[in-house]
Amino acid sequence: MSVETSSFRSRMRTLTDGAVTALSILATLLVVAPLVAIFVYLVYKGARSLNLAFFTQIPKPEGESGGGMANSIVGSGIILAVASALGIPVGIGGGIFLAEFGRGTKLANAVRFTADVLNGVPSIVMGLAVYALMVFPKGTIFPFMGHFSAMSGGVALGIMMIPTVCRTTEEMLLMVPHAVREAALGLGVPNWRSVLSITVKTASPGIITGCMLAFARVAGETAPLLFTALGNPYMSTSLNQPIEALPLQIYVFANGPYEDQHRLAWAGSLVLIVLIVLAVALVRYVASRGVLKGAS
Amino acid sequence: MVLCALSIFVIVALILWQLVLRSQLTWERFGLAFFYQTFTNPDSHQPMYWDPVNERFSALPFVYGTLVSSFLALLIAVPLSIGLAVFLTEMCPGFLRGPLAFLTELLAAIPSIIYGLWAFYALVPLLRDYVNPGLARYLGWTGFFENDNPTGLGYFAAGVILAVMILPIISSLTREVMNAVPHSQREAVLALGATRWEMIRMGVLRNARIGIVGAVILGLGRALGETMAVTMVIGNTPEIHRSLLSNGTSMAAVIANEFTEAVSNMHTSALIEIGLALFVVTIIVNAIAQLLVWAVTRGTPAQAR
Amino acid sequence: MGVGIEVKDLNAWYGTNHTLQDINLHIPANHATALIGPSGCGKSTFVRCLNRMHETNPIARVTGLVRIGELDIYNDAKPVQIRRRVGMVFQRPNPFPTMSIYDNVASGLKLNGFRNRRVLDEVVERSLRDSALWDEVKDDLRKKSGASLSGGQQQRLCIARALAVDPEVLLMDEPASALDPVSTSKIEDLIFELKSQYTIVIVTHNMQQAARVAEKTGFFLNGRMVEFDSTHKIFTNPSDKRTEDYITGRFG
Repeated sequence: MSVETSSFRSRMRTLTDGAVTALSILATLLVVAPLVAIFVYLVYKGARSLNLAFFTQIPKPEGESGGGMANSIVGSGIILAVASALGIPVGIGGGIFLAEFGRGTKLANAVRFTADVLNGVPSIVMGLAVYALMVFPKGTIFPFMGHFSAMSGGVALGIMMIPTVCRTTEEMLLMVPHAVREAALGLGVPNWRSVLSITVKTASPGIITGCMLAFARVAGETAPLLFTALGNPYMSTSLNQPIEALPLQIYVFANGPYEDQHRLAWAGSLVLIVLIVLAVALVRYVASRGVLKGAS
Repeated sequence: MVLCALSIFVIVALILWQLVLRSQLTWERFGLAFFYQTFTNPDSHQPMYWDPVNERFSALPFVYGTLVSSFLALLIAVPLSIGLAVFLTEMCPGFLRGPLAFLTELLAAIPSIIYGLWAFYALVPLLRDYVNPGLARYLGWTGFFENDNPTGLGYFAAGVILAVMILPIISSLTREVMNAVPHSQREAVLALGATRWEMIRMGVLRNARIGIVGAVILGLGRALGETMAVTMVIGNTPEIHRSLLSNGTSMAAVIANEFTEAVSNMHTSALIEIGLALFVVTIIVNAIAQLLVWAVTRGTPAQAR
Repeated sequence: MGVGIEVKDLNAWYGTNHTLQDINLHIPANHATALIGPSGCGKSTFVRCLNRMHETNPIARVTGLVRIGELDIYNDAKPVQIRRRVGMVFQRPNPFPTMSIYDNVASGLKLNGFRNRRVLDEVVERSLRDSALWDEVKDDLRKKSGASLSGGQQQRLCIARALAVDPEVLLMDEPASALDPVSTSKIEDLIFELKSQYTIVIVTHNMQQAARVAEKTGFFLNGRMVEFDSTHKIFTNPSDKRTEDYITGRFG
């Protein structure tokens, strides 16, 4: 029996093949379009409001023109510093455990799974939890509790960084060739020391990359700060007071009725997205140069 | 180091504990009915769900809004994501692959507030002026598209911006599972005399389908919890409407909007209970998705989300 | 029925690597032809040129003439058409793991639009009988997946899948090298049975295998075909010294 197909069928198959190719290209264009659109729009609306005042002044009272977002830039910096101080060490520690000391154990599997799931929890829930934990309880003796503060904002963002940093650290460490570890062990170095000094150092470009990614991600977060840092129209550097943050200020300004505030919101968005694009590009550059340059 | 790793469990437990603790008031008052009860407005005799002044709370419109906008987002995003993934893995010329992958990564990194801004100022007017009238005219017969909303906000706008936001996740994870399919499978299909699409369909997508489902569910998980972009375009009206073009609300949006100005402890508790529900649901959805993806890639998916 | 294959001035490249140089030979119909040679000599590349699988690699290039039967496969036909008429079995068995045994065998037919259940049933059974797998799987056709069989069975399944579309030529790239001796000998018996119906080209590392199953043998070295003659002559009285060195084990 011969399996000769009709030429109609052959033509249909070729047509289908072509149609799918066209659709895939269309899909790609449709995905790229919003990105380009957002960028163009941001530059268009944001660039003209970007001046020195933006970076050096705090917002003027409502209705007055001019002013800047210096307080939110400083505020974001402070919050992110707190977040990194919490998120990076704990995350890296967890990652080291997963990759080096707990590899293959049930505990490590459970931690890994939970970390991945935690990464998907909405950021607003994180904010709520930290609110309940730190902002709500009144009349305690602990510092930073009982009111909105920069610290609570930093904690909320820091908690978000932990699972991300933990997993990327683990993955980077797993990429270190076994030969490197064996060389250290062969020299008679005890396991924990070899891990810390050699393996981690080898994987450090990748680990740093992971931290940068986590940092960039939380730098743009608004929701968790809504009820922790709360916002502050004045320049503040205190950890114990409400503080402004760039994404937060953008949200409030964009929702407000004042044209001047809208202007600032656009400028702020432009600054934010430029920083994030730089961060992503930097991460890609470091990654492409080889995570394991130290190992070769 | 162990302590650091254990912190993950501590964080989950902490969140759960705090949310449960602070939502006690409404839990005790309404129980499970909190999520589906309907009150009636004594003046207009219309269904009413959210009345902070009289302390009558129902989460139904928020659950409805979250589900509607998320599934709409999936409807739009899934075909586009898979199309993009197919293009990038199987059809794309080598020199384009890097830049396109970089663009997709950028899409994933854009903060939600910026999506919200752009959606409100650029996307919504576009929809209002060009798309919604068309939808109402041609698809109005389905009952889902009545164009009586002059603002252009609503479930549909939220669905569109959500789709843009979850596209990169679904797409990159789909690419990952597609790349995990061994090359020998592609060759086997080609050797039988298949066209390129037939090879992709039979040799790659078929083998990767469990992982793709996982990627889609992961996208769903992200859409369910998305806050800032949704709250700026959904209209923030605690009502239930069938038309996708009408104003609505979502669980995350109402929390963002009302929390700092909550009028009473009961109000706060209601909002926190909504947050608790969001937490539980996204945990379950993400857990299922992770299991599916893990089953295909057999091990730790290399992703920094 | 099988057809003969004529190859004239075939050259192939992987990027700048000139993998095949000036290959000329005629492969007889309804016979088994073996291609031997050390690793990297180009025999696998050659075979992949016969069903235009070589060009699936973006940096691959081919020049020259390959005529299968009456058809100039590079100038007068498209790859999709060729690959239906020239079947291929790979070194590592690659059945479709998400499909049942039945669906695996029927996959090629379904691609070509055959939906009639009776026709499919008939072809599936015939193909499985021809590949000596029918008795072992006939009760589990739809219940077991293609990947649940043993290595040797999987390879016979791949052979059945290739046979189901009724090719004229069957290419086999080291089909038994990943299998145990028992499965290997089953495959060899199979080739013996099949060659009366198809033209078979088999690439092998195993000289004894070539001697057992093939009427003609070609010896490849460094991208060139050094000698092509009856198997008996190659193994007992080769014309070229390089062939003799290879046969007697002085290299490769």
